[in-house]
Amino acid sequence: MIDRYSLLIALSIFFALIMALMPLPFSFEPFRPDWVLLVLMYWSLAVPHRLNIGAAWVVGLLIDLASGSPLGVNSLTFSICIFVTASNFQKIRNFSLWQQSLLIGLFLTLYHLMQFWLNHFLLGVYFNPQYLWPVATGMVSWFWVFLLLRKYRRHFRIR
Amino acid sequence: MKLMFGRTVSLQLRLFVAVLLSIVLIVGDRYTQGGTIVRTTLNTLVSPLIYVANLPYELFSLGAKSLHTREQLLTENEALKKKQMLQSEQLQQYQFLARENQKLRALLGSSAKQSNRKIIAQVLSVHSNPYSHQVVINRGTTDGLSEGQAVIDEMGVVGQLTKVGSTTSRVLLMTDTTHATPVRILRNDVRTVVEGIGKINVVKLSHVPHSLDVRIGDVLVTSGLGGTFPEGYPVAVVTEINRDEGRPFAQVFAEPIAQLDRIRLLVILWRNQQEQTNDD
Repeated sequence: MIDRYSLLIALSIFFALIMALMPLPFSFEPFRPDWVLLVLMYWSLAVPHRLNIGAAWVVGLLIDLASGSPLGVNSLTFSICIFVTASNFQKIRNFSLWQQSLLIGLFLTLYHLMQFWLNHFLLGVYFNPQYLWPVATGMVSWFWVFLLLRKYRRHFRIR
Repeated sequence: MKLMFGRTVSLQLRLFVAVLLSIVLIVGDRYTQGGTIVRTTLNTLVSPLIYVANLPYELFSLGAKSLHTREQLLTENEALKKKQMLQSEQLQQYQFLARENQKLRALLGSSAKQSNRKIIAQVLSVHSNPYSHQVVINRGTTDGLSEGQAVIDEMGVVGQLTKVGSTTSRVLLMTDTTHATPVRILRNDVRTVVEGIGKINVVKLSHVPHSLDVRIGDVLVTSGLGGTFPEGYPVAVVTEINRDEGRPFAQVFAEPIAQLDRIRLLVILWRNQQEQTNDD
């Protein structure tokens, strides 16, 4: 199962992890898009037989460990989001980039609401509309992520 | 498309297993504690990732340092020397007082206070969970750290160690919603508890009766109760008191003395009971 293609996919996820953990200026911090989830969503739409819920669960656990959130929170939310994209990949793939971006926005909202809900029960935090900024920036970043990863996929002929 | 009707495990089953495993993880993480081997191994697993993510910041600060002019360095050096002079003067006084205090304690027959082991750590700048207040430091079990140790900076209390890996660990800041610090008011020795409310510059005193003698500007220091923080480190200054008799308790807010939004170097303290011999 671990061949050249899987390694290339893992490399792109590694870069997304680095971008998710890299420090940003304090004022930009609430706007940071969820790079890892966007990249995972792209691969689950493009090659759903290579990357789906199992990989999303493992990457979610890595995010949990690296960002210090309660273990299992990101695993759970990533798995559910990737389930939605991977089970509808044929429909979503045929949408235009605009429509895809709107749908991705919907999935990101789902992700953030689930995140907040779990953290509310585990840490006792209260809702702040600021928590939803990454949805907007994620929708905008989808254009860039999609076009870049499509180029990457076509160049290395990842199937 | 390959595998469109592939005979692999169905997505629903995969999701079911993933959700089940996540729930086991969440419950297991929530209701167990302590630095078990599993946790330390897992935390160690991601430390390379954290060091790589910290690299760009390190390079930037290295570049900024090498762009300092000679004059800047000279003035900085001058200022630091002056500060050191003043502090060493105070230190002489302190040594005298500490000795006197020990003698008085011996006369009273109470136990002598021991200075405990400490270590300096640097904060790695990586992004953390937006729902909690924590920072990552570049020390771990290889330096002998363990969960629950107190962390301070040059101003006051910062927080305590939570997730310890072999070369990195996390400091839960005192402003986090899950953190509480036992304190007493320096002016009149009244004991109370300070808890975080999720804001970086405000903490709250919990369950304060209306009759409690507390004023704006009172300094809160650690009381040593609870066993995590040694006694006497400054924690916060009272900034707002709201004595609304309609509420069961007075609302008292305070501002942390340590500047938690710009910490860079931290001191990690060991508890008094263990390892009193190797002071450094």
